[in-house]
Amino acid sequence: MVSLEDVYHVAKLSKIEVNEDEARKFRDEFEKILEYFNLLDEAPESEPMYHVLELINVFREDSPKICLTQNEALMNTRHKEEGYFKGPKVME
Amino acid sequence: MEDVTIGLEVHVQLNKLKTKLFCSCPLNYHDSPPNTHVCPVCLGMPGAMPVLNKEAVKAAIKVAMALNAKIQQTVVFDRKNYFYPDLPKGFQISQYDRPLAFGGYVIVDVDGVEKRIDLKRIHIEEDPGKLYYKGSITVAKYSLIDYNRSGAPLLEIVTEPVMKSPKEARAFLNKLRILLEYLDVFDPELEGAMRVDANVSIAGGGRVEIKNISSFKGVEKALNYEIMRQRNLIKMGRKIERETRHFDEAQSITVSLRSKEEEQDYRYFPEPDLVPINVEELMKEVGKLPELPEEKKERLKAQYGISENYAKVLVLDPKMSDYFEIVAKSVNAKIAATWVVDVLRGELNYRGWNFLKCFEKFPPEEFSKLLNYFLEEKITEKGVVEVLRTKLDQGGKVEEIVEKKRLFAIPKSEILNFCKEVIEENPKAVQDYYSGKKQAINFLVGQVMKKTKGRADPEETAKILSDLLK
Amino acid sequence: MKISEWRSEESCYEATAKMLKRIEKSELNAYITVCKDDALKLAEKYEKRELKGKLAGIPVAVKDNITTKNIRTTCASKMLLNYLPVFDAHVVERLKQEGAIIIGKTNMDEFSMGTTTETSYFGVVKNPYDLSRVAGGSSGGSAAAVAADETVLALGTDTGGSIRCPASFCGIYGLKPTYGLVSRYGLIPYANSLEQIGPMASCIEDLALLLEVIAGKDERDSTNVGKSFKFQRSFKDFKVGVLKDMGASEEVMEKFNEVVDKLRKNFYVEEVSLQSLKFALASYYIIAMSEASSNLARYDGIRYGYTEELSGSWTEFFSKIRARGFGEEVKRRILLGSFALSAGYYGKYYLKALKVRKLITEDFKKAFGKFDVLISPTMPSLPFKIGELKDPLTMYMADVNTVPVNLAGLPALSMPIGFVKGLPVGLQVIGNYFEENTILNFAIEVEKTLDSSER
Repeated sequence: MVSLEDVYHVAKLSKIEVNEDEARKFRDEFEKILEYFNLLDEAPESEPMYHVLELINVFREDSPKICLTQNEALMNTRHKEEGYFKGPKVME
Repeated sequence: MEDVTIGLEVHVQLNKLKTKLFCSCPLNYHDSPPNTHVCPVCLGMPGAMPVLNKEAVKAAIKVAMALNAKIQQTVVFDRKNYFYPDLPKGFQISQYDRPLAFGGYVIVDVDGVEKRIDLKRIHIEEDPGKLYYKGSITVAKYSLIDYNRSGAPLLEIVTEPVMKSPKEARAFLNKLRILLEYLDVFDPELEGAMRVDANVSIAGGGRVEIKNISSFKGVEKALNYEIMRQRNLIKMGRKIERETRHFDEAQSITVSLRSKEEEQDYRYFPEPDLVPINVEELMKEVGKLPELPEEKKERLKAQYGISENYAKVLVLDPKMSDYFEIVAKSVNAKIAATWVVDVLRGELNYRGWNFLKCFEKFPPEEFSKLLNYFLEEKITEKGVVEVLRTKLDQGGKVEEIVEKKRLFAIPKSEILNFCKEVIEENPKAVQDYYSGKKQAINFLVGQVMKKTKGRADPEETAKILSDLLK
Repeated sequence: MKISEWRSEESCYEATAKMLKRIEKSELNAYITVCKDDALKLAEKYEKRELKGKLAGIPVAVKDNITTKNIRTTCASKMLLNYLPVFDAHVVERLKQEGAIIIGKTNMDEFSMGTTTETSYFGVVKNPYDLSRVAGGSSGGSAAAVAADETVLALGTDTGGSIRCPASFCGIYGLKPTYGLVSRYGLIPYANSLEQIGPMASCIEDLALLLEVIAGKDERDSTNVGKSFKFQRSFKDFKVGVLKDMGASEEVMEKFNEVVDKLRKNFYVEEVSLQSLKFALASYYIIAMSEASSNLARYDGIRYGYTEELSGSWTEFFSKIRARGFGEEVKRRILLGSFALSAGYYGKYYLKALKVRKLITEDFKKAFGKFDVLISPTMPSLPFKIGELKDPLTMYMADVNTVPVNLAGLPALSMPIGFVKGLPVGLQVIGNYFEENTILNFAIEVEKTLDSSER
């Protein structure tokens, strides 16, 4: 029911590299777990419930507040240059 | 172009707001150093949560109303899940199946023909950050990321694929831009204010998407290039496949961005950290829209008696028509309209200025004063233009400039006297004139000009002379 | 140790130092980071009477998925091994305002994904009653610390039972508040629509006090309802519903039924069955994994967290970082979550799970039309041996009694009701929305029925 292709596909969607052994293991596990999830097919129809609360219209005013300093923003990474974050190259 | 189908996705940044869409970072980041308008929320730090900017929603509602779209009762934000270095959370908070509004339309005028451009939907979403490259995108070994823009409020306006030419697309964008200016929700001059994705296909071929075009001219150019490119391929017997392309502004060409990439699976689901919006209350707060171009045009015609043509031009820029109305308080409206549209506008254009700048450079009250000098025959038409240019370029009060340049016109009686003098003093020229050399009058005009140090109006002088010589 | 016992100590500084020593020598592995210097400094301040508030001078341990400014916050993951938050969570601000001594960050399952703390990058938290067994998860560190006097109070988080399970396994009190009562600003999310931060303590009064401190309005959390909590002691003729569908092993059921029998003497007790509960586990995991797959997308090695030298294209880089920074269970749930949301499966899994969620919520609403509280054993078994749960699905099944509560957003407590074979057993008490007072008052009544040995 769940193929290796499915595992590789979802790994690509999630940007997590998996090797062949891992892919196989996940496939076997997913098979079992998804089969358990199929239990839901027996549940009666209903409206979906996105939120447990009935809250609506929660807003904030359009007033500026103090933000982080550039240092604080860049503090947790070593990939930085002249105030920018550094990222890997973008063209494939 | 009958076989061409064009659709546009326009991203408008609501840059007149003070803060971002989901956090209170100030939105005026355009001249700031990188990563100085950021906070845990817009940087996507773990544990930070979004809170919706009320004014952003109200601004969006105004736009939807102005575009005649159907605003939905319940509006929800969804996560659009995809990865990219400029997207700090690994998802964008956007709207999927319960957006702000569906439908809507804009009427555009293309070469005198009116056309209705239907819209598909309007929704609200956040802007990602900005990527820079040392060198160009193709050779750079790494990217530089500035998240100042991350989280800025965007409105996405999607048209139905009903445009048939790049010209129509451009007309649509122009009309849209004017409407948005009238609503005072965005400043088009700021960088990144409006970005367009254009979709174009030629009968039977796949749809090509050109992403992220940042100017209207660019849109027209990109579409023209793309249509030509596609037609060439068809001629060679090739099929046009669905793809995404990038517009290279420098070379005015489109280049392939993603080769045969599978359709992105965004796995939309409602943002669990936000609650739904019920628009009823907000609509009440928004109330009536400000006067829009169509309305204003009709009103100007009715109120000031100006022509359709002039009214049409005046409303192209809300600031221009505002300017006109102030001038028209103390100057005959038709004259005011002529001078504003036919002269002032051109002078501003030449200097690369808009009417907003004009309020600063040449306040309407001063312009009224100038025009009244003209109407009272205190200065000539030429004089008006000279004062206008001087004030725009060097500043100074109108009265002072006229004084300094000695532009105050000579009363007619004085010119009459000078003319009589000149006739007396130049019998030869008069003789020449009588014997058929009509150009001799120019010499006489010149003499009068000398006597008045150029202050006399040459045409008027010529007329007076010829009357005298009859 | 209770607050009253702590306060009866002569010197806050000495007591704190002693506690820190205990933590140092401990085999439980309850802590990831111990704030030794800060704790002693605050204890000193307290002695100088410079520390004021409802929790002045009281040690509170904070689960390591709650951000603490400039104190390492790891979520027990290699991905956030040295992450220093630049802001305090709202609840941490409240703790500081009330003079608490934040003694350390506690161990947990990686990104809260687990029922035993066996998925922690820092190793499992051991059960104070039996070191060969787990403390429970995912707030295992917080529970073990409270149970072993390695803190007085603790904050945990509960997405599918993560406060109640370890509270049950370690014989302490743990409460998952009503969804929206406590601000989630600063809670590093696993599943946003299911989780809450909650108090863990060794007695009801302490639990109530901690809840009072952390509950309340926070404008930075759009799902916070802005209600505060004040404990009010009251007696009521509780109508008690025994949830038939929530079972347990024989030995646990025996203990549970003892309590039920005692309750029958004083209150109206009736069995009740909620039809939709059998779908709860599947619904919970689909929703949780789906939300998690999205919540964890931000970990890409650029702005914070685990990273390496920039190399390759951005897709290669992201995929490598995420493969190396996340543990196995986390990866499993991200992949399954993406699957449940993906084109073609969204309707069958995610949307269906949300529909089931509505059914479960409706069932509970109906039940609360008749009962004041609903009870069950918290966990279906005694604390597991370390390494006992060998495959994912078996692990997920352990949450069967606790997850329905999160789906409906109701408040629920786990309280100790005694021991079996020397191991703690917990009673789950579920209340209606914002009825934390009802739950706590009922718990006091339950306590009265227990022998002193069982508390």
